[in-house]
Amino acid sequence: MIRDITLGQYYQTESLIHRLDPRLKIVATLLYIVVLFVVDDFLGFAIAYAGLETAIIMSKVPRRFILKGLKPVFLIIAFTLVINLFMIQGEVLVQFWKFHITREGVHMAAFMGIRLFLLIIGSSLLTLTTRPISLTDGIEALLSPFKKLGLPAHELAMMMTIALRFIPTLLEETDKIMKAQQARGADFETGNILRRAKALVPILVPLFISAFRIAQDLALAMEARCYGCGIRRTRMNEIRFEKRDLIGAIVFACFLAVIVLERFLW
Amino acid sequence: MSITVKDLTHIYSPGQPQEQVALDQISFRIEDGTFAGLIGHTGSGKSTLVQHLNGLLKPTSGTILLGDTDITKAGTASRQARLKTGLVFQYPEYQLFEETVAKDVAFGPNNLGLSPEETDARVREALQLVGLDYEELKNVSPFELSGGQKRRVAIAGVIAMKPEILILDEPTAGLNPKAHRDILDMVRGIHESTGNITLMVSHNMNDIARMCDQVLVMDHGRLLMDGSPEEVFRRGEELKEVGLALPDSMEIARQIIEGGLALEGTFLTMEETADAIAAALQAK
Repeated sequence: MIRDITLGQYYQTESLIHRLDPRLKIVATLLYIVVLFVVDDFLGFAIAYAGLETAIIMSKVPRRFILKGLKPVFLIIAFTLVINLFMIQGEVLVQFWKFHITREGVHMAAFMGIRLFLLIIGSSLLTLTTRPISLTDGIEALLSPFKKLGLPAHELAMMMTIALRFIPTLLEETDKIMKAQQARGADFETGNILRRAKALVPILVPLFISAFRIAQDLALAMEARCYGCGIRRTRMNEIRFEKRDLIGAIVFACFLAVIVLERFLW
Repeated sequence: MSITVKDLTHIYSPGQPQEQVALDQISFRIEDGTFAGLIGHTGSGKSTLVQHLNGLLKPTSGTILLGDTDITKAGTASRQARLKTGLVFQYPEYQLFEETVAKDVAFGPNNLGLSPEETDARVREALQLVGLDYEELKNVSPFELSGGQKRRVAIAGVIAMKPEILILDEPTAGLNPKAHRDILDMVRGIHESTGNITLMVSHNMNDIARMCDQVLVMDHGRLLMDGSPEEVFRRGEELKEVGLALPDSMEIARQIIEGGLALEGTFLTMEETADAIAAALQAK
């Protein structure tokens, strides 16, 4: 049932990667993605993969868990592969009916497939090893220089935190409402699409009302504690850039340098 | 229709690290026409148990007979039987969704596939049973009503399905003292007019002692006690061990007896306790 849905794909464990400064992890992930587009041959990908593999091993996240989270995007990868395989013109390798596979097509498909694969695994490693809350804290810290330009960095981060915090609450609420309506004989499982869509009304109306009620209560509770009154807020858990983060940053910089050198020297 | 539960066990997330035994080998029987109470500390498995009684949850093992029908089996007979159990959830007013009170109460009967005339008749009857005026409220939005009235409408929505067993999960939670009393009087009235089983989950020992014929006590997924209020509340020490209390009337009597005045009686209501004190003082 609905309680089995796991949200966010954070994997709880103790590892160096988990403990790294979220700002460092966000920046590193962004740079890693950029670098994947800099790479133009398979040797580059091999180095990029070696780096990612090291990070995965250090993070202690089971491979099975990483791949499970990738299921929905495998379809996209497969689609890209097929498009590239058949659409690229060049030296024909195999031909049947109107379709032909070319040497360039195979090369391109493999290239794009690996790139997408690394891209998705790399970015999911960020969410797997970083709590959603530290992630928003990191984003806020990274965006704060733009506060001078009028960007409401703190408010944005607060919104994200609240949204994440209330997903389980609303799921629980949905579960309760669904059960209550089922107890009144509601049927969500049979019938055509129109019927099923109509069957959602008895869930959605109470759910929206609950969401508004929760939002109102929360706003009141925040105001009662003078949220937004202080000009300079301090935090209970400051993000600190520690020695291990410095080491991590240096290692990552070397890794980037190797990939970029590979691109321009070979 | 009677309820017979035998060796009912329910395990959440079996085989996973967060596996949790919510119900552990529960067996009991409630005879037709009984007003039964279910008490237990938060997390003792009360809500899980009542959700089994109308098939919202499937047991890991064990059987539940409503009358002679085993509702844990798949099939239309068990679905029919399930619809004979009306379950009023905690804070039932949060399930209201229709534009008018009449339409909301009609939701259940409509799902049963009744004719419009029959549905209409049931809506009138249900609203009357919960003490609301059909003519006055039928076209009012349920969201404009007071808290106590909303709850009555929600309860009417379940009663309109004419359940042969009515289960109420903390029907008085969050109400003021007057609304609390009114809702309980209403529940009592419904029970007397239908003559069916009513099962009430409550944290309020006063209500349980005053209203119930049979009391079930749960603790950590097990059925700790099953008996008349006199039998159950006689075991005050055990109740305290599992985080429950005695009704005020019994607690007062107990303290007076400890203080040295011998009282006689069951002390299930304040009136009984007052009479017992009066009798003891007169005898002195």
